[in-house]
Amino acid sequence: MIELIVAERCTACDRCVEVCPSNVFEPTAAGPPVIARPDDCQTCFMCELYCTADALYVGPNADHAESADQLVVLASGLLGQYRRDSGWDEWRDRYPNEQWLMETVFRRAAEDAR
Amino acid sequence: MSRADWGEEEGLVADVLVIGGGMAGAWAATAAAREGAHVVLVEKGYCGTSGATAAAGPGHWWAPPDPPEARANAIAQRQRIAFGLGEPDWMRRVLDETWRLLPTLAQYYEFPKDDQGKVRNYRALRGPEYMRALRQQIVDLGVVVLDHSPALELLAHADGAIGGAAGIRTQRGGSRWRIAAGAVILAAGGTSFRSHLLGSRNNTGDGYLMAAEAGAELSGMEFTAAYTVAPQHSTMTRTMSYAFADYFDADGRQIDAPFGPDQTERLAQALLAGPVYCSLARLPEDVQRHLPTISPNVMLPFARWGIDPFRERFEVTLHTDGTIRGIGGVRVRSEDCGAGIPGLYVAGDTASRELVAGASSGGGNVNSAWALSSGTWAGRAAARRARRVPASFGGLKALGGAGLRPSGRARPASAAEAVAAVQAEMHPYDKNLFRTGKGLAASRRALDAVWSDLAAHAGGEGGTAALALREAAALVASARWSVATAEARTETRGMHRRLDHPALDADLTVRLIASGFDTVTVRPEAIAVPSPFESVA
Ligand SMILES: Cc1cc2nc3c(=O)[nH]c(=O)nc-3n(C[C@H](O)[C@H](O)[C@H](O)COP(=O)(O)OP(=O)(O)OC[C@H]3O[C@@H](n4cnc5c(N)ncnc54)[C@H](O)[C@@H]3O)c2cc1C
Repeated sequence: MIELIVAERCTACDRCVEVCPSNVFEPTAAGPPVIARPDDCQTCFMCELYCTADALYVGPNADHAESADQLVVLASGLLGQYRRDSGWDEWRDRYPNEQWLMETVFRRAAEDAR
Repeated sequence: MSRADWGEEEGLVADVLVIGGGMAGAWAATAAAREGAHVVLVEKGYCGTSGATAAAGPGHWWAPPDPPEARANAIAQRQRIAFGLGEPDWMRRVLDETWRLLPTLAQYYEFPKDDQGKVRNYRALRGPEYMRALRQQIVDLGVVVLDHSPALELLAHADGAIGGAAGIRTQRGGSRWRIAAGAVILAAGGTSFRSHLLGSRNNTGDGYLMAAEAGAELSGMEFTAAYTVAPQHSTMTRTMSYAFADYFDADGRQIDAPFGPDQTERLAQALLAGPVYCSLARLPEDVQRHLPTISPNVMLPFARWGIDPFRERFEVTLHTDGTIRGIGGVRVRSEDCGAGIPGLYVAGDTASRELVAGASSGGGNVNSAWALSSGTWAGRAAARRARRVPASFGGLKALGGAGLRPSGRARPASAAEAVAAVQAEMHPYDKNLFRTGKGLAASRRALDAVWSDLAAHAGGEGGTAALALREAAALVASARWSVATAEARTETRGMHRRLDHPALDADLTVRLIASGFDTVTVRPEAIAVPSPFESVA
């Protein structure tokens, strides 16, 4: 579930407030939004795709928060991984959309299983 | 009910109202707008990120018209796993619509091209990009999109025809909206019964509840026993890498669960006995390298947990897909996806996919093609109806029952407890995947009690509390229809597995139609006479 909004990266654009399908965030008058309803988070990672500042961190555990340490997460280089690998925004020309390969992978698995 | 508690009400008028902004809803809005209709689309979350489509990578069922045997083969192949419940005419229509329509999205979706500049394929799309493209397409077509605006109930004219819906704005303090429309399309998705299936939290079966309150029936609700593997505690129910998975028990002994049709059952059996660990070491090295650019979200949990899935074993679980990679939904009554109630249409997972999927999971290809096609047909038909039947607020009656308007005295009710009760009956492998008459009867009694309580006492709340109760009511109702039809289907067919009836019963090559709330009834319905086309199979 959603764990962090990294304040020094956040530009307070409130895009996450808009795009979160579970309405987890709440905007504030000045500054970054807050994680107001973490229990409603569905761990879909979608907010990270839309955060061009790479300021959001969704923990992979959907059952409970793992209390991610902001310094550790920042140092890990994992912020923005989803947006980068998806080739969104500035990554467009460097990370191609290879979804079309999926069916060949399934085909190889079926051949393997025979 | 006191209106004052709910604050000012927002009123809108549309030709066509679409409820739900996933793949089916967005294609429905596209089709209706292209017919010239003024369309409003209301979405519980955000149209673009919400729903099962957005977080997945929908591959569409696909066969070009040329060579001619391509479609016949695709249909014959599907018929082999449809176990007598598929209808070739519907399959052919879906294949054709999908093939025509998907390439038209090229203005908004960048279909990858090969070195010669030729599109590699139109059928495999990434969810987030697909939904972003569909949103842009409907916005450009003039569709009014209301995000964070779940529908809570349908509105009907005195003659029963559906003429709109009412709901709330979750980002405006739960204030109310009411929309009058010439026709309404329910595209609110299916339900995973609140499992951790990726992207499915908003999918609480609201479309089933609202349609049934209008008088529609459900079909195929017994086919909810689809399950998908995911790393323990994660939502990452994406299947591709697991086609090469090996599984082990706590002692490191390999579990006999090879890639194939029985894999889920074998894994579920193993999980009932103890923890199960997975190795992806057999995933070919080139696929390992490309995995992040094939399915960018699959590696996220591993990277964040510091697991190297190709070298280390990790614990896995199975999440219920419910009707999302399952099949059941609102019974489709006409070729244009009418629900049998004037003014009401159904699309995507809100509709039963038995017609095209039969008794086996429609995930992986058929479901997406169905969402696109059914959305398109419903959108066109709704727009045409709206030309004849203008929207009007006059005499509209609200149809919402359980969770909104208690039949008895309102008292505080816990939506969370009702949801937990549904999860307790619909998630466990030894209840919903391996079914028995006795177990189903116990589930029925448990869920009946929850329903009686909700229907009698829950309601009278405003804002987001009303939404939570409606979601709970929809989940309980959906679970009850599923359990009742599973009890009635005393055989094993496709994903419906009865331990006490392990064989297929030819007499049960029928649809099971469920309806009702306080009393659920199930009746068999003969399948439309197979078209001559089926002889190809
Ligand atoms: C991980 C995963 C992978 C899959 N892969 C494939 C695949 O490769 N091929 C395939 O064919 N199928 C696949 N499926 C199935 C496929 O995703 C679904 O069949 C498809 O998304 C259905 O589209 P839909 O528009 O009906 O539902 P959804 O995309 O779920 O959209 C429903 C929308 O309705 C909204 N909503 C719900 N209630 C309300 C309400 N009361 N008011 C307003 N809005 C509401 C929801 O928020 C949601 O946005 C997959 C499913 C999953 C979970």
